[in-house]
Amino acid sequence: MDDDAPLLIAEGLSKSYGRRLGCRVVSFSIHEGEVLAVVGESGSGKTTLLQLLSGRLAPSAGRVRYRMRDDVTRDLASLGEAERRFLFRTDWGYVHQDPALGLRMAVSAGANVGERLMAVGWRHYGSIRRGALTWLERVEIDAGRIDDTPHTYSGGMRQRLQIARNLVTEPRLVFMDEPTGGLDVSVQARLLDLLRNLVTRFRLAAVVVTHDLAVARLLSHRIMVMKSGEVVEAGLTDQVLDDPREAYTQLLVSSILPP
Amino acid sequence: MSPNLLELAGVGKCFVMHLQGGVELPVVAGVAFSVAPGECAVLAGPSGAGKSSILKMIFGSYRCDHGSILVRDGADVVDVAAADPRRILRLRRHVIGYVSQFLRVVPRVAAIDVVAEPLIVGGIAPAVALARAGDLLARLNVAPRLWMLPPATFSGGEQQRVNVARGLLPDLPLLLLDEPTASLDGENRAVVIDQIAEKKRRGVAILAIAHDGDVRSRIADRLIDVTRFAAAA
Repeated sequence: MDDDAPLLIAEGLSKSYGRRLGCRVVSFSIHEGEVLAVVGESGSGKTTLLQLLSGRLAPSAGRVRYRMRDDVTRDLASLGEAERRFLFRTDWGYVHQDPALGLRMAVSAGANVGERLMAVGWRHYGSIRRGALTWLERVEIDAGRIDDTPHTYSGGMRQRLQIARNLVTEPRLVFMDEPTGGLDVSVQARLLDLLRNLVTRFRLAAVVVTHDLAVARLLSHRIMVMKSGEVVEAGLTDQVLDDPREAYTQLLVSSILPP
Repeated sequence: MSPNLLELAGVGKCFVMHLQGGVELPVVAGVAFSVAPGECAVLAGPSGAGKSSILKMIFGSYRCDHGSILVRDGADVVDVAAADPRRILRLRRHVIGYVSQFLRVVPRVAAIDVVAEPLIVGGIAPAVALARAGDLLARLNVAPRLWMLPPATFSGGEQQRVNVARGLLPDLPLLLLDEPTASLDGENRAVVIDQIAEKKRRGVAILAIAHDGDVRSRIADRLIDVTRFAAAA
């Protein structure tokens, strides 16, 4: 993450739903290996921003540019539907808070992971299964569970499976929407530790939406604090959390209950 | 910039507490000093004089409101007060080491991994990093049976030794030490003092806070009186 060109650049992104504002003139860039946390309470526009960045939602104004694998930086809006789908299947991951949204619950764990490999052209059954096994192991899922469906998995296992499914194609950028939300604290800790290691090992760029400042501190290099659709403060994660400048950030930081 | 590794000029900091009606807490003003390679400068002054805040501004975990904080990074000179986050992160990987007052524990991460992490992030092979982490933990009398355990359950002194090991292990040109020997017993204090002396011999520039008079007299080449930089309240 040194002097390379940014991977993703957001320029003046805005989105309004009728008269209600989802997100207002958000600009930033993210480089390979860099984790950006977007924090703020419910309704602050975090999830809208994530959907705009990942092309799931069209902005009312502004644009998102992305440096493709061929090193050409392109406006997402200029991509055809097929190109956008290909990006989603290969170079991007999207981890939902609810694993059921990111997994196919009725097919086996191995098929959930293998499906992404088949989508990028893998055809040989043996290598697909080996690829799936490698990733199940990396997310600490017992190989013996490869033929079980996610229905039979616990919440924490489902989330780890969703991560494996996303990372198997070696994406450069992963969007995460409250990846540890709804999990027990002990399960959260394990997942965070796993994500920290994977992000470092594969030099992933990630945009992580969370309302949990502890998650932001553990995972991210930089942080953006959002309120009512606007970025109120941004910077190095420890700087923003240890020396919050804006009233809203000071309120968020001071509202954490000590264990 | 002179041969100094670190040079502060006109540095000032003031906290504005918005939740307390915008009350202003001036911390320091007009901070100016420099630290050269191979010397250890110690910040002196009573509690609350702003010593830790100065270290945190240099490391970039506190913002600097006024002035400049120049850090030499090879052929470049970076002003931490104005640098973007990515540049500061790069300085932390390659130039500035920091031993904080307390270990910030990460759940589930083993002590030896906590210590080795900065080396691995700096690009050293994990096996080598872990071996060096083990050597330093052993020198600091952290029993090998503890290495694979997360430090959350350790005693205060054990946690501090893990913290010191994490901060001292990487070979970085500038080292910030915030009470590195607090809560250590005599034997371990001596190990840390030795390590600091060794760093100085290798040309590391060190800026430290040490309340203990004995430790201070053994590591300091020079005292910087922080009360000179008291901000007008």
